[in-house]
Amino acid sequence: MTQPDNFGFGEEASLLKESARKFFADNFPCDRLHAMVAGDPNPERMSACHWDQSLWQQMVDLGWTVLAVPESAGGLGMPLVAVAGLVEELGRAAFPCPLLGTLNATYALAACGADGEAALAEIAAGLAASLAISDRDGSWAGGSTDVAAADGKLNGTAWFVQDARKVDRFLVAAQSAAGLSLYWVAADATGLSIMPDAIVDLTRDQAHIQFDNVEAQEVSNSGLAVLHQAMPAIWTMLAADIVGAAEWQLQTTVEYVTTRQQFEHPLGFFQAVKHPLVDVMIQIDECKSLVYTAACAIDCEPEKAVQYAHMAKASASDTAAFASGRSVQCHGGIGFTWECFVHLYFKRQKHSQLLWGDAAWHRAQLATILLGDAA
Amino acid sequence: MSDSASKDTPEQAAYRQHCRDWLQDNHPGEPPVRLPLSALEIMTPEQLAYLQAWQKSAFDAGLVGCDYPENVGGGGRTDCQRIVNEEMIRARTPFFPNVIGLGMAAPTVLFHGQEELKQRLLPRLFSGEDIWCQGFSEPGAGSDLASVQTFAERKGDKWVINGHKVWTSLAHFAEWMILLLRTDKSHKYDGLSYFVVPIRSALGKGVSVRPLIKITGETGFNEVIFEDLEVDDGYRLDELGKGWQVAMTTLLHERGAGELQTPRAGGLKSKSTHATNTANLIELAQNTLRDGRPAASDPLLRDRIMRQVIREAGLQQNQRRARVPALLDHPMRVQLQNKLLASEIAQDTAALALEVEGPSASLYLGDDNAPAGGQWPLAYMNSYGMTIAAGTSEVQRNILGERVLGLPKSK
Repeated sequence: MTQPDNFGFGEEASLLKESARKFFADNFPCDRLHAMVAGDPNPERMSACHWDQSLWQQMVDLGWTVLAVPESAGGLGMPLVAVAGLVEELGRAAFPCPLLGTLNATYALAACGADGEAALAEIAAGLAASLAISDRDGSWAGGSTDVAAADGKLNGTAWFVQDARKVDRFLVAAQSAAGLSLYWVAADATGLSIMPDAIVDLTRDQAHIQFDNVEAQEVSNSGLAVLHQAMPAIWTMLAADIVGAAEWQLQTTVEYVTTRQQFEHPLGFFQAVKHPLVDVMIQIDECKSLVYTAACAIDCEPEKAVQYAHMAKASASDTAAFASGRSVQCHGGIGFTWECFVHLYFKRQKHSQLLWGDAAWHRAQLATILLGDAA
Repeated sequence: MSDSASKDTPEQAAYRQHCRDWLQDNHPGEPPVRLPLSALEIMTPEQLAYLQAWQKSAFDAGLVGCDYPENVGGGGRTDCQRIVNEEMIRARTPFFPNVIGLGMAAPTVLFHGQEELKQRLLPRLFSGEDIWCQGFSEPGAGSDLASVQTFAERKGDKWVINGHKVWTSLAHFAEWMILLLRTDKSHKYDGLSYFVVPIRSALGKGVSVRPLIKITGETGFNEVIFEDLEVDDGYRLDELGKGWQVAMTTLLHERGAGELQTPRAGGLKSKSTHATNTANLIELAQNTLRDGRPAASDPLLRDRIMRQVIREAGLQQNQRRARVPALLDHPMRVQLQNKLLASEIAQDTAALALEVEGPSASLYLGDDNAPAGGQWPLAYMNSYGMTIAAGTSEVQRNILGERVLGLPKSK
C-alpha cells in the first residue's frame, strides 16, 4: 500500500485542526493555564489535579473523544492524520485533560476485536480512559506488569498511569494464565485505589493504581499483540502533542527575543540567539513531517507504521528536549522564574520526552528493524 | 518510481515509454574513460568529448529541454522533463556535462533574454555543444553576493568589463558564461546587471581562466579574470540595473525551487547500490568488521546511524509536506530549509561513514583496498562544498531566522 501525497490530510482534517486551534485560543489562553495549574510552587507540594472539566465536557460534546472510535462502534472513524492535527493543537495549548489517554485506550481496544466493542461503546458514549500498562520501572514493551489476574480479579500495582484522576475507565495489563491479558476496569471499582504521584509537570496528573481483588472485564487474552498493534498510534499522538507544544515554545521565544533589548539591539539580532532558534524550527519541522507520515502510514501503509512511528517519537523526544532548553535559555533570567509561562511547557515537554520511550529507546527499536539485532 | 509512473497523464505515459525504449537501445554502456563523480569535476578533454556526445544523442532524441518552447530548441511539452530524469536514473546513464547551462543558464536566458538570443543560444546549450559556466562569486563577494565588484563601463553600444570571478566550475571548457556584474557603483542592488558572455572566443583577448584545486585534489573549478573585455549590449539579459532580480531566477532554479525542472541524468558511476546516503551507510556498517563483529552491531554506532536515517527521512517528508498548504504555517518555511538540511545531513552521514570504516577510511581513491573505492572520504571532503556553496549554512540560518521567524536582520 502507498501513502497519498497529501498524507490524507483533507478538508475535514483542516477544519478540525483550525477549529481546535480557535477553541483553545478562545477558551484557554496561557494566562488561564498558569492561573489554574501553577498556584502552588512548593517543590514538595502534594500531587494536584487541576483542570477545567466544563471545557473538557465541551470537547466531548464536540465529538473529539470519539474521532478515533471506529464507526462500527458508534464513533466517527476519522483517519489518524486528522486526529494528529487535533492533538497538535491540544499540545500547543498544553491543555490538561484525558484526551491522549482516551485515544490511547481507543487504539488498543480497536485492536482487541469483538471483545473490545463494549468498552469502545463506552468511549463512544463519552467516557474517558487511560492506559494502566507500565510496571514499576516504567516498562511495558516486553509485556512485564506488576498486576496479576486470576478468576477475573486483579491484584497488584500499575505504575505511571497518565491523567488517572480525570478518567472513568482504565485499560489494565495483567499477567494471567494465558499470558499478558488486558482488562477494562471502572475507576471507581471496589478495591481500586488511585495513589497520586507528586510530579514535576503541572499540566498532567499521574498516579500508580493499586488493585486489591478488583473485578475486571477481560478484553483481550493476547495483550502483547494488541499493544504492539496500538503502540505506533500511541507514540504518534504523543509526538503530535510535543510538536504543538514545541511550536508554542518557539513562537513565544521568538516574540521575546524580538522585543527584549540588550547591547542596543533586540536579542534576536544576534546570531548566537537567532541560529539556535532556527535549529529549533528545523527540529520541529522534521518531527512534524514524521508525525504526519507515521499517522498516514498507520492508515495507509501499515507495513511501515512501526518504523515511521519510532522515527516520529524519537524525533519528538529530541524536539521536546531541545525546544525546552532553548526556550528557557533564550528568555534569560526571567525564563528561570515561576512567573514566566515557559516553565509550564518546559515541564510538560520533559514529561512527554520520556513517556512511552525516549529517543534512544526508539532509535534502538528502529535499528533492530533496519539493522537486525545488536551485539 | 512505479508510484510516479502510476500518476502519469496519457501524454506523459506515452513519453515515458518513448524514454524507456530509447534508453534501452541507446544506453552508451561502459565509458571508455574514467569519469569523475559529477560534471563539475570534469578534468580531461576525453571525458568531456565522451559526455558531450552522450548529451547530444539524448538531445537529438528529444530528451533534453523537452519542457522548453519548440522555437528555442525545446520539446514544447509540459511536466515531462521530470519523467526523463526518473528514467535516466533508473537506466543508470552517464550524467550530462552541461549542468550549469541546463540548471541555471537555460531558465535565466528563457525568462530574461531577448527572443533572438534565446533562439541562438538555447539549442546549442541543450545539445551540450556549448558548455556554460557561472560568473557570480568573487574574492570579495561570497555569502554577500550583491557586493560584486566586476564592473562594466559603457562604451557606445558596447560594454568594457574588468573584474575577477572565482569558484567558476567548467570555465576551462565553457563557451559561455552567465555573468553578474556592476554597471553602477552608487547602488548596491540596483547597480547590478546581468550578461551572457562568450568567454572561450575571448581567451587571451580580455579573458583568462586559471584552475583552482579543491581540497579533494580534484580540479574542475577556476578563477576567471576579465581585463578590458568588450561585449555587445545585445548580450545583456533584462534591463540595466535588474541584475539582482535576474540572478534570483538563476538561484531559485539552482536550489530546485524554480519553475522549470532541470534536465538530469546519472547513476552510472555510482558505486552504491542504494538510493539514499543512509542506505549506503547501513550497507557499509553491515559489511565492516570492528573487533571481529559487524560495525552494525555496535550499539553506539547504531544510535548514530539511526539519527541520520531519521534526519534523512524527515527531510524527504518535509519535501512532501511542502506541497500540502494545510500543513504549513508559513509558505516558505519548509522549502527554505532544503539546501541547508540536504548539505548538513549528507556531511554528517559521510563523517559517520568514515568512523564506521575506521582506519580503512585513510585509504583514498588510488588505493585498491579502499572500502567503496574511497568514495566516503571523497564525499566527506566534497560535502564542505555543499555547506559553503550557494549561500553558506550560516547565511541559510540568517535567511530562515529573518524571513520565516521574522527575527531582526543581523549585520
